[in-house]
Amino acid sequence: MTILGIPSAALFSQLLIGLINGSFYALLSLGLAVIFGLLRVINFTHGAQYMLGAFAALLLLKFAGIGFWPSLLIAPLLVALFSAVLERLLIARVYSLDHLYGMLLTFGLTLIIEGLFRHFYGSSGQPYAAPKELSGAVNLGFMMLPKYRGFVIIASLAVCLLTWLLVERTKFGAYLRAATENPKLVQAFGVNVPLLLTLTYALGSGLAGLAGVLAAPMYQVSPLMGQNLIIVVFAVVVIGGMGSLIGAIATGYTLGLIEGLTKVFYPEASNTVIFAVMIIVLLVRPAGLFGRA
Amino acid sequence: MTAITRINAVKDQTAILSARNLKAWYGESQALHGIDLDIHSGETVALLGRNGAGKTTTLKSITGLMDRRSGEIKIGGKDISRLPLHHIARHGLGFVPEERGIFSGLTVQENLLLPPIVAEGGHTVEEIYALFPNLKERRHSQGTSLSGGEQQMLAIARILRTGIRILLLDEPTEGLAPVIVDRIGDVIIALRKRGITIILVEQNFRFAQRVAERYYVIEHGQVLDQFSAAELPGRQDWLSDVLGV
Repeated sequence: MTILGIPSAALFSQLLIGLINGSFYALLSLGLAVIFGLLRVINFTHGAQYMLGAFAALLLLKFAGIGFWPSLLIAPLLVALFSAVLERLLIARVYSLDHLYGMLLTFGLTLIIEGLFRHFYGSSGQPYAAPKELSGAVNLGFMMLPKYRGFVIIASLAVCLLTWLLVERTKFGAYLRAATENPKLVQAFGVNVPLLLTLTYALGSGLAGLAGVLAAPMYQVSPLMGQNLIIVVFAVVVIGGMGSLIGAIATGYTLGLIEGLTKVFYPEASNTVIFAVMIIVLLVRPAGLFGRA
Repeated sequence: MTAITRINAVKDQTAILSARNLKAWYGESQALHGIDLDIHSGETVALLGRNGAGKTTTLKSITGLMDRRSGEIKIGGKDISRLPLHHIARHGLGFVPEERGIFSGLTVQENLLLPPIVAEGGHTVEEIYALFPNLKERRHSQGTSLSGGEQQMLAIARILRTGIRILLLDEPTEGLAPVIVDRIGDVIIALRKRGITIILVEQNFRFAQRVAERYYVIEHGQVLDQFSAAELPGRQDWLSDVLGV
């Protein structure tokens, strides 16, 4: 069977890859949006935190025999804890300065973290096996769906939904949204805003760590695995609107699918299509699709 | 003993909030040059002065919102001047800023429930909705979709829930229609009856006259004078000169 002259199996396969990539884009850009929304820091360390999540899962398995399922919780928590320390010790010191300082600081931290891991583990990737329960594939009739990839899509959707509910439907989320607008007034009400900032940075970084664990069985675990991805993720955040959670989620999945479709219809443009979209969106809506001008 | 000295003698014993030699700066520019205040428990005090005299800065300094300030601020005899901003509210101090500070990303109800409860004895949500029925009707709307008057009501209401004992109000009638100004006056009088101490910065002198029991006149970041409402008639001309009204 063909659709628009393309074999349906090939089309669906690329759409699945697009959806998988979109899942990672959404998770990572959601973390970036949460952090930028409140801290006003463009967190360049996000790619390194994604890598740290994958490495945490790998090292937990290697040295403590802790498998994928517990790692899915422990590794993001470790990344969140490490990030909370980074925020308290370093990032908190640049809040009162221009955005550029936060960007430079987090970029420098990325170089140090990735450099350290490259020093100890080299540049080549290391394999991390998917859990046995998720090995193999399911026949959907129109295509074969590898179970693990299906799990990644569902897990990513669930985490995005939970994060959105946390921000939009809880007291913590109300503090976060209010502090995004006027942190000093929220603090004057008696809310511990410095702690809120630390928790928010830890939350955003933990999401990156979770994406890293989910990525570990699909891609090689390598010190530079976050580098290429993070550039695309920044484009996603800009297209969605800096700081907009819904923008980050919707744009993440949509751009993953657009990228997948481009691979089918015009493969030469698949690496650049997201940036082309970014330029168009910036020209038409500089605040992003879901951003407030 | 003059009336002012008599007030000083009483307030020194019972001041719920006092400030000594309060100084504050915006960058390198000094806005307060040593303000002294003594506010009694349960009274309503208005800070009067021309634009730029330092009234709002005084409130912000007490609340801890000024980045650079010095001097001593005591609530119930305890020095709060070196506490982190979020600890000051826990001593029973609530602030309603001139711009009202309603959060656009939150609904009316979320705005109302945002400030943490700092002490028992605050208004319940039901009491607040009884006091401000408009807020109940519009509780699911975005906070900034309210009219200016409703936003001011919401800004006051959300602080009342927290159980604070001292309310700092910065220009509560700014830009509001006369009928709403009257309503806010009623609310302030109702709060006073409930024993809440109120410090009010107000340009609308007629409004201040309706609610205040005592006045501080501030000029160039210093207290020029203070007097009770009973002494006001004898100072009207002088006050008109000072305030330029």
